[in-house]
Amino acid sequence: MTTTAERLFEGADWDFPKLQRIHDACEEIAKGELGLDTYPNQIEIITAEQMLDAYSSAGMPLFYKHWSFGKHFAHHEAFYRKGLKGLAYEIVINSSPCISYLMEENTATMQTLVIAHAAFGHNHFFKNNYLFRQWTDADGILDYLDFAKSYVASCEERHGRLAVEVTLDAAHALMSHGIDRYPGKKNLDLRAEEKRAKERRAHEQSMFNDLWRTVPTGPVKSAELLSSERRRKLLGLPQENILYFLEKTAPRLQPWQREILRIVRHIAQYFYPQSQTKVMNEGTATYVHYRIMNRLHQQGRLSDGNFLEFLQSHTNVVFQPDFDDQRFSDFNPYALGFAIMQDIERIVTHPDDEDREWFGEIAGSGDVMGVLRNVWANYRDESFISQFLSPRLIRSWRMFHLHDDPEEAAGIKVDAIHDARGYRRIRRELAKQYDVGYIDPNIEVVDVDLAGDRRLMLRHVVVKGAQLNETNARRVLQHLADLWTYDVSLVEVDARDTVLKEYVVSPRSLAIAA
Amino acid sequence: MFIVDRRLNPGSKSLENRQRFLRRAKALVQGAVKKTSEGRDIKDVLEGGEVSIPLDGMHEPRFRTEGGTRDRVLPGNKKFVEGDILPRPDGGRGGRGSQPGEGDSEDDFRFVLSRDEFVDLFLDDLELPDLAKRRLAEAESEGLQRAGYSTSGSPANISISRTVQLALARRVALRRPRPEAIAQLEAELENCENETRRAGLIAEIEALKAKAKRIPFIDPIDIRFRRFETVPKPVAQAVMFCLMDVSGSMSEHMKDLAKRFYMLLYVFLTRRYRHVEIVFIRHTDRAEEVDEETFFRGPASGGTLVSSALQAMSDIVKSRFRPADWNIYAAQASDGDNSIADSALTGRLLTDHILPVSQFFAYLEVGEASGSSFEMPDSSLWTLYQRLRADGHPLSMRKVNERSQIFPVFHDLFQRRRNEKAAP
Repeated sequence: MTTTAERLFEGADWDFPKLQRIHDACEEIAKGELGLDTYPNQIEIITAEQMLDAYSSAGMPLFYKHWSFGKHFAHHEAFYRKGLKGLAYEIVINSSPCISYLMEENTATMQTLVIAHAAFGHNHFFKNNYLFRQWTDADGILDYLDFAKSYVASCEERHGRLAVEVTLDAAHALMSHGIDRYPGKKNLDLRAEEKRAKERRAHEQSMFNDLWRTVPTGPVKSAELLSSERRRKLLGLPQENILYFLEKTAPRLQPWQREILRIVRHIAQYFYPQSQTKVMNEGTATYVHYRIMNRLHQQGRLSDGNFLEFLQSHTNVVFQPDFDDQRFSDFNPYALGFAIMQDIERIVTHPDDEDREWFGEIAGSGDVMGVLRNVWANYRDESFISQFLSPRLIRSWRMFHLHDDPEEAAGIKVDAIHDARGYRRIRRELAKQYDVGYIDPNIEVVDVDLAGDRRLMLRHVVVKGAQLNETNARRVLQHLADLWTYDVSLVEVDARDTVLKEYVVSPRSLAIAA
Repeated sequence: MFIVDRRLNPGSKSLENRQRFLRRAKALVQGAVKKTSEGRDIKDVLEGGEVSIPLDGMHEPRFRTEGGTRDRVLPGNKKFVEGDILPRPDGGRGGRGSQPGEGDSEDDFRFVLSRDEFVDLFLDDLELPDLAKRRLAEAESEGLQRAGYSTSGSPANISISRTVQLALARRVALRRPRPEAIAQLEAELENCENETRRAGLIAEIEALKAKAKRIPFIDPIDIRFRRFETVPKPVAQAVMFCLMDVSGSMSEHMKDLAKRFYMLLYVFLTRRYRHVEIVFIRHTDRAEEVDEETFFRGPASGGTLVSSALQAMSDIVKSRFRPADWNIYAAQASDGDNSIADSALTGRLLTDHILPVSQFFAYLEVGEASGSSFEMPDSSLWTLYQRLRADGHPLSMRKVNERSQIFPVFHDLFQRRRNEKAAP
């Protein structure tokens, strides 16, 4: 391609017509050449302060009020003011239309990069990846958050700020265990959720009859009648979604408290795919912006100077320090995702013998975007790495696997390095590092002692000897007990069912008024 | 594609979350503010800034695992081969610090308070002293406030909407014929051929007209006036008199202590009153009103006559600050020297002229940093003021030797008394 098209912009300044031109140029490449399928875009320009605001509420444009967001804001702000931390160039929201926030300080080149990255890369991923399709409702999320915000506010009005705060604190503590990990019977429809809550409230109001309160209830069925099997089945046990279990069965929760648990649960579920696709999501966006920017430069729509500016920030984004570097914290998801995707591109177009052996079905197939679109749609981090991390990449990154067994006094063992014996092991272990099944502790509600003291029984299956942090566990269980309003116990068992540790926590008396 | 410019949106969306956070952590933040302010100059005390609080009560706990067998893949192998055994780094966790802001971090939580938040927390548990409250009530001026409607009043205060409303109600109640009804009958009459019907119509129209005349459109009993009540309004301005002995016996250190006290008082008053003026009066054996610079720095020498300063203050109050319009605060700083002959006059001036018009009079006896106030015999001024106090005159007095005592003394003077209601 030669220089045919005119430049999108000169210099660093941008204005709204230029943004529009940039977007259109990116769209042309994204849709025409890369075959991306995106939600409509909405680009919002924000200031640094608004960016900090967005940081503190999980990036969402509207959220209910809670002190913990204020805490995060104060924290981010302190770091930002001291210059310890830069702000992200953009935040993008999985909604339809897909909202990207751009910082006003960005130069025109940066805005181009960010539009290509967020408005097309992330956007395509949100719309097509199976996890997002399964678990999130991009059309409804903003309405649902709006509903959540006003619902929480109205609860505060009716039941007092403190009561709501206590409930939210507890719900937040259990947020990571308020997720359905396996697809349920029906898809989430957040708009219907909102309607359902409203209808239920209206129904309660219209059916209210104070007389019912005075009608004596019949004798309670003897608990012995219910066999433990039947009881567990009725309660839907074992249940790993603790918030769901509480919402449905906690004996003394008010209806509004159940609704708040439900809100927190839905929001946790909405974020669930993002935590499983960090590498892929960022990798996709980085790959897309790299392709688009290169293409713009080839077409002559981006000057050499601006392209160099882009390359510089791109290089910073995909920088991966070595393990012994001061700056090392973990794999950089941008770097890892981008590297694997570039590797796929190479395998598809110029495979060598090793690639043919390892990636038979895609090696040399020629259709880079077809393969990548398929990858983006059907994998998550764990499966993506275990499928596409190539020996060549392991070699060039010089990856190695450490096995740290506390029983082993001598030290940490180097279990595998980048050689023929190690490729598969490294790939398997790295994939495991991204498997939520291994990251989140496996805790289930196993039973409720209905006949006795109504104790709620939880069970943590310890994997590889990693037990719960005691202080944290006690605090979370305290919140749980406050919601359950009776004792809660948690046992930690290993694979052989040996009990390693047992916690019992009683509800605090101040707890939620019954 | 839409582009939305959000830059002009009102900022501080998380202000409320932030306030919730501060409210929740109030006790902790307040402690931190006090501690931070100790290490600062008075001038910067109110600048806001970073405080750090322990995370207690601010936890966001989650189930987290730790320990056990760990497997990790890392990039950048330089020299390891399979089977190597590496010694464990000290600290077990690979020497990595805990992530800030995470629930499991037991470190202090650091963040920045704005100036207003800082001052609020700083002065939160302080209150104007009892004396001020009693005098405040006397020093009120009257203001007007709407208080419903009355049947009498000046024409300027007629409430037209209320009057018309009542007139309408009365007209409806008495069935006053509507002009439209009469007009309709008249139109019918014009087109009517039938004689008997015409006569009937004419009679009807006459009756209606007569009735409309009997029932006026607006009757004097409809008229309502806006009523106003006078309510006492607290005076929103204050004047602060700084009196200081600048005779040779006052060292720089003593002046510094006095200055710090004045500044705290100033800040405190500006939080309570819309408008605060300061008058500086320095005295040796005669008093003069000076500007701030001269007050603290200007050289002066001579004997000591406290009464001269009190006389000057009393004159200034008379000429410029009517006690009805101003809340008057005075703080006097001195090393306590006064000529014995002056005592009677000082006492008289204070009890007869100064104290009756002041909200608050504080006497601060400043001493040398090394000197202990307990070993020295009480100064002549201290003795005099103590006697006045014993007679029931509302005087506050404290001794200060060190910088660090300034805030505690100030705090002590203005501490919120628990068994009393908040000031208006």
